[in-house]
Order: sequence, then C-alpha cells, then structure tokens
Amino acid sequence: MAYAVETRELTRVFAGKRKLFRRAKAPSEEADEGTGPVTALDHVTTQIREGELFGLLGPNGAGKTTLIKILATLLLPTSGQAFVAGHDVAKDVFPIRQRINMVSGGETSGYGLLTARENVWMFSQFYGVPSQVAKDRIDRLMQTFGLWDKRNAKVRMLSTGQRQKMNMVRGFVTDPDILFLDEPTLGLDVNAARIIRDYVKTWVRGQTGKTVLLTTHYMMEADEMCDRIAIIDQGRILACDTPANLKRMIRLDTTFRLEVDALRETTSFGSIHGVKNFSLKDDIAKNRTNLTFILEDEAPVAEILSRITGQGSKVHSLQKSEPTLEDVFISMVGRGFE
Amino acid sequence: MTGATVHRTDLRYRLGLNLRAVVGRAYPRVIGANREPSWIFFEAFLPLLGIAAYVFIYQAFGARALEDASDPAAVAAILANTNALVASVVLGGTMVSFWLNVLWSMASQLYWEKEIGNLQLYMMAPMNRMALLGGMAVGGMLMTSTRAVATLVSGVVIFGVVFQVADPLLLFAVFFVTLIALYGMGMMFASLYLLWGREAWHLSALMEEPIFFASGFYFPLGGLARIPGWGSAVAFAGTIIPAGLGLDALRQLTLGATAFGGTLWLFTPQVELAILAILAVVFLVLARYALAYLEMLAKREGKLTSRHQ
Repeated sequence: MAYAVETRELTRVFAGKRKLFRRAKAPSEEADEGTGPVTALDHVTTQIREGELFGLLGPNGAGKTTLIKILATLLLPTSGQAFVAGHDVAKDVFPIRQRINMVSGGETSGYGLLTARENVWMFSQFYGVPSQVAKDRIDRLMQTFGLWDKRNAKVRMLSTGQRQKMNMVRGFVTDPDILFLDEPTLGLDVNAARIIRDYVKTWVRGQTGKTVLLTTHYMMEADEMCDRIAIIDQGRILACDTPANLKRMIRLDTTFRLEVDALRETTSFGSIHGVKNFSLKDDIAKNRTNLTFILEDEAPVAEILSRITGQGSKVHSLQKSEPTLEDVFISMVGRGFE
Repeated sequence: MTGATVHRTDLRYRLGLNLRAVVGRAYPRVIGANREPSWIFFEAFLPLLGIAAYVFIYQAFGARALEDASDPAAVAAILANTNALVASVVLGGTMVSFWLNVLWSMASQLYWEKEIGNLQLYMMAPMNRMALLGGMAVGGMLMTSTRAVATLVSGVVIFGVVFQVADPLLLFAVFFVTLIALYGMGMMFASLYLLWGREAWHLSALMEEPIFFASGFYFPLGGLARIPGWGSAVAFAGTIIPAGLGLDALRQLTLGATAFGGTLWLFTPQVELAILAILAVVFLVLARYALAYLEMLAKREGKLTSRHQ
C-alpha cells in the first residue's frame, strides 16, 4: 500500500519563551504563566493513503496546524519521523515540495497592488509551472470558484471570501499530488464554503493519485467530505476511522441535548451514574446553557433533570439525537470543541 | 505514489524552475510598484529637493570664487570644478535611490513577507531560496533604475550638468558590478533582518544618513579620506558599502580622472571594479549561507515563517 503521508511516533515540542537576563523559572511557574515548553504533537502515528480525503478534526490548539507544517516541510519534528510521498520531511525536502501545496483559512498572502490573476500566477512560477499553462489553469479555476469577475481586481480590493477563493486557486494551480488544507472554509459564507467543499471532493475523487489532508473544526464539513477522520486533541490522535465507524463507536450510547437556563454549577453531572461524558456551551445572549450528555442508557435522565431544576433552572428543550462527530469527541475527551 | 505526476529533478528542470521563480518574484516589484503614479512625486521629485540643497551650496561657492577670478583660465577651472561638484551630487542622488531600495525593500523585505504571510509559502515552494532573493534584487534594480534615471535626467536638465564619458564599457561594468554587490549586500541583510525581527526596522533608519556620509553620496569620497585623523578611517570603512566605491569609480569615469585636480579619488576605477567584484561574490555567498541558516532555524524553532511568532 502506497501512503501519501505517514507519520511514526511524531512529536513536536515548542521551547518555552525565555528572555535574556531573566532568572530561570520553576516548571510549575512556567506552566502557570504559559511560558514553559509546549508539546504540540505527542507520538502521532498515522497513515494517509494515496487518493484519500483525510480529515484531521480537533479543537483550536489540538496540534492540527503543527502537523501540517511539519508535513509541508516548514517545521522539523522534535522526534519521530514523517514521510510525504515516501520522502522524509527532515532529509529530502525537494521532491516533497514539488508535490505539495497548502492553503490556510484566513490567509492574507500576496501583494495588494497585483491583481488576483497576477498574484496566483506569481506563486505558480515558484513551482516552475510554464507561464501559459499557469494562466490557462488560473482562468479555469477562477471560473470554477466564481472569481472570474474579479480576476483583474487588485487583491487589496477583494473581500475576505474572494481572497480565500483566490488562495484556493493558488493551491490548485500547481496541480499538487498532495494538498494540505488548513481550515480552508474558516469565516466563509455558506455558499463560498459549499463551492470550495464541492471542488475539493471532485478534485480528489475525479482523478487518481490526488490526496487531501484537511484540518477543520467544523464537524459537518469533516463528516460530509472525508473518507477517514483522525480526531486529535492536545497533540494526540484519539481515534482514526471513517465518519460512520467513528459514530458507530458510540452508537450503543445515548445522546441527549438540553437547553436550560444558565446554570451555576455543572461539575456534579459527571458523578451521576450512567453519564459517560458531557459538555456544555453557554449562550450568553439568551442567558442559557446548552448541554450534551453521552449516556450509557436513558436511566440517568431523571437525575440530570432533577439536578437542573434543583438549581432553579428551567428546561427549555430536551432532545434525544443520533450521535455526531462532536459527540464522539465529547465521549472521548469530556468536552466539546468550543 | 503510483498515480501521481512524474516529477523531474534534472539540472535543466531546476534551472528553468529557478529562472521562472526569479521572474515571478521580480514581477510585483517591476509592475506593481509602477502601477501607482504617486511614485513620481515621492521617488523622483522629492529626492531632487535633497540634491538641490547641496547643488545650491556648491554653486554658491563657485559664484563666490568667480567674483575674485579675472584670469580666463582660472574662471574655466572654477566652472569645471563647480560642474564636477554638482555632477557628483547628481550621481550621488541617483545612487541614493538604490541604497534606499536596498535598505527598505531588500533588507527589510523578508521581515515584511513574514508579516503578510508570504514567507511560509515561499519556504514551502521547491524553488531555490537564492531565486527568491534574486527575484527581489532583479525587481528592485529594474524598478529603482526607472527612479534613478528620472533623478539623473532631471538633475542634468535642471542643473545643467555636463558629463564626459571616455570609457562607456568600463562605466557600464562598474555600474553593473556595483549594483550586484549592493543588492548582494541587501540579500544578506534580508536574512539577518528577519532573524533580528522588529529591531531591524531601526537598523535601516540607522543606516541611512551615516552611510550617506561615509559613502560620499554628496561629495567625492576622497575628500573625506584626506581629512587628517579620522577622515581616512571613516572613508575606508565606508567602502564596505559598495555604493561608496561604485560612486567613486562612476564619478571618475563620467567627469574624468583629472577632475578636482585628480586629488579626490580613492583608487583607480579598475582597482575599484576589482574590489567591487570581490565584494559582490562575498555578499552573495554570505547571503546564501545566511538564508540557509535562517531556514534551518525557522524549521527548528518554528518562529520565523509564521506571523505573530
């Protein structure tokens, strides 16, 4: 089996922020101040098959971008190994760089004085794409992404969504074998995000040898697009499987969602017998709390309701639902993404 | 990778890749920077004002000397000397454009590329890193040449300067090698500035006026070298910046070696060309190693290619 991407016990530790002429601090003191070493990836072992649309799902700070930067040859691992297209990212970068490209959400790359078309052309030249080939591809991709009308607009005049579409054109114009998409639909409207998702799926599945590694914290996006998903948190891969199999892992469990008046105390829910895990999200505008419970069965529901009403809080809705990828994450980690 | 595109790695492919990269990176400088006509005011008209101050001072000295001169030979000598001084200033003003471009658009460039998010895309691309710096330099030279020519032509037309070029080939060689050495230095600074971060901004400001002085932008550098005591030390330290030696040679080649009585030159143009060629090679080699070191550091520490880190 040919792997487009393979990591073996990949670990990346960022050194803490030290300033010259300051006294050394105890590890506990550094941890309190957030200035100590940070383990962004912790012995990550995974394989992405050629032709796969692979998702990396996790909250902010989980290690998704660090992993992509290592695979994109922008960062060295602290220990372990990573291979892209069979080449070691620490030793053999040229053949990797020929085959990859990367697009990140919220990217502000390019030069404001150049037009969108000129900007993408410029980046294509760094990959040696013949000029006319690049221009033809740019025109085709700009039509696909709905950016044709803005092709001759200066980049500084583009909206956030238009700019992100231009970034996507930049990612595809070099015709990479492996494309890293780091939160590519971040901050985009529904329509723009849909166009990008549809094109990525068509690009991977419509031809052989193309692989995408997509990081996202949008559950629906990962669920809809990916062949397989790795759930990552605090630098560790917690599970890796198809979306259906991941959800099947907690299918025997019961998922309940409640919307209640804002709660004063929530920690005691974890001690209720039969509660496997739960998460909460405060809705400050409505002064309410949204709770998600992963239960072994329906038995603990009465006790949960009792503890909620015992705090004087009113239950506005109670819903039993099919498990989502977020529920899988909650069942593993004990908190949601936000 | 069974179904993937076959990728070439041969020398011809790499040469083509890096030439395209140079053209690609030069493009925004050549096209983008000339897209807004405001550059004519800021980069051609305003520098003329700086030159004008020195020109008027030299012309005032000349006028004063002419009042006391009655001998036609003395009058001719004073006029020739004044022309040489004004021409030196115009040439210096032309070279100032290149020096400012090296400081603000070469040395600081990688730092700004990092801030706008381009640098990590550059570092991820398969092109050679020297192609990136080379593209910046070629674009900078071409863009600044339009500004420099505008300053030169304006200086000639407005101040009536007369140049006498005896050896155009040598003149072209000196100008070309001076630019390579100057931009080679800018390429080296580009990596170092990125390492130093925001403080580098102050370095550029710090290197403006002192270098104008030490490189003799507005007077013949030999005049500085002949000041007893510290003068020669400052002048020879200034020759590390290629603009100083380049200007000295250009002035000799456009005004004649006998201008200023032949006493205000540092070396002959041939010697200066040789030193400039050595400086060009040294700076380019240092630039290559500085950027390789920067990239290694960036990958190891993860701090240099991403914004806000």
